[in-house]
Amino acid sequence: MSQKADSKREWPLWEVFIRSKAGLDHKHAGSLHAADADMAIENARDVYTRRMEGISIWVVESKYIHASDPGDAEILYEPANDKIYRHPTFYNLPDELTHM
Amino acid sequence: MTVHSFQEHFDEKMDKDQAIEAKDWMPDDYRKTLIRQIAQHAHSEIVGMLPEGNWITRAPNLRRKAILLAKVQDEAGHGLYLYSAAESLGISRDDMMEQLHSGKQKYSSIFNYPTISWADMGAVGWLVDGAAIMNQVPLCRTSYGPYARAMVRICKEESFHQRQGYEIMLTLANGTEVQKKMAQDSLNRWWWPSLMMFGPPDADSPHTEQSMRWRIKRFTNDELRQRFVDVTVEQARILGLTIPDKDLKWNEATGHYDFGTPDWNEFYNILKGNGPCNKERLDTRRKAWEEGQWVREAALAYSDKRRQRKEKKAA
Ligand SMILES: [Fe+2]
Ligand SMILES: [Fe+2]
Repeated sequence: MSQKADSKREWPLWEVFIRSKAGLDHKHAGSLHAADADMAIENARDVYTRRMEGISIWVVESKYIHASDPGDAEILYEPANDKIYRHPTFYNLPDELTHM
Repeated sequence: MTVHSFQEHFDEKMDKDQAIEAKDWMPDDYRKTLIRQIAQHAHSEIVGMLPEGNWITRAPNLRRKAILLAKVQDEAGHGLYLYSAAESLGISRDDMMEQLHSGKQKYSSIFNYPTISWADMGAVGWLVDGAAIMNQVPLCRTSYGPYARAMVRICKEESFHQRQGYEIMLTLANGTEVQKKMAQDSLNRWWWPSLMMFGPPDADSPHTEQSMRWRIKRFTNDELRQRFVDVTVEQARILGLTIPDKDLKWNEATGHYDFGTPDWNEFYNILKGNGPCNKERLDTRRKAWEEGQWVREAALAYSDKRRQRKEKKAA
């Protein structure tokens, strides 16, 4: 019985992040299935870096990613909307002013 | 929010050309249609490896062999990107496999034709990948984010596929009489099936309007087919090969080529499972899946064992 249930188990899903070159952030590249982290990195190399797209790979099991709810977008990001003084263009300075 | 306002919000995004992401609300039909389309696309990439895999061990030289191997490996990657995109809509990988094997989900009919000569590696790259690219480029701007991103990646990789195929055709077309004949024969067999890759005529494609509205389709079947004919005629001329269509003719008034009608009976017949290779392709996929079962189980058992050992050590 447990044998049967086991055979129905899928390899877990992993999210893959790739650093394309030294000095840049790791960026989400996609996802894949693998039995464990080692295999996930090997598979990520085969699936996402066939054309030298990366020099470093991070993998994390998808179930460990916590995401914000798109329905909360307004509540989450609205407070930034009325604080335009955070942007340099908010300030009205004379044209002859340079190096600023 | 009520269901109504979710729908309004979704429609607004469609109108504004904004992307839908996995966690966004979407209508059931949109989700279902996308799952069907993306899964079918993924299956096509995977089944599409078979007609070309057929020639890897018999490629005429090491250069061609390495190229073909790389191309087929790319197609495996394309399948995986697309399966992941479909999974983000709530269907599991195993479910898709099951539905491919049971025939519930389809793959492109083109892969039910046999590849009987080396020239077919040329014609497939040139015409089949060419038609696929024409279908796929507009999908880089499709409304569903994960699908669009997969398509961007795929399209970047596809362009070498078509070029290597064309190069094979070029070599044969400039070779001996026998080689040239082989190239022409291959074009003769792949031309009409390639035109069918764009799907039935618009008049017989009832879902086009809804799909265009959802931006999971951006041009109609007939529009893309016309575009394909227009660019391919010139490419055949450079090869010195003849497109097997006596109705093919430049139309000054429309600024496009007029061309004949594919044999749609043949198309529907293959769709029903009666093509030359339908059975062989599905049997091969099922066999690979069944014979790989112990590998999938063993890998899980091994990772379970390693985790338990680590936990024991930590305790
Ligand atoms: Fe592909
Ligand atoms: Fe391809």
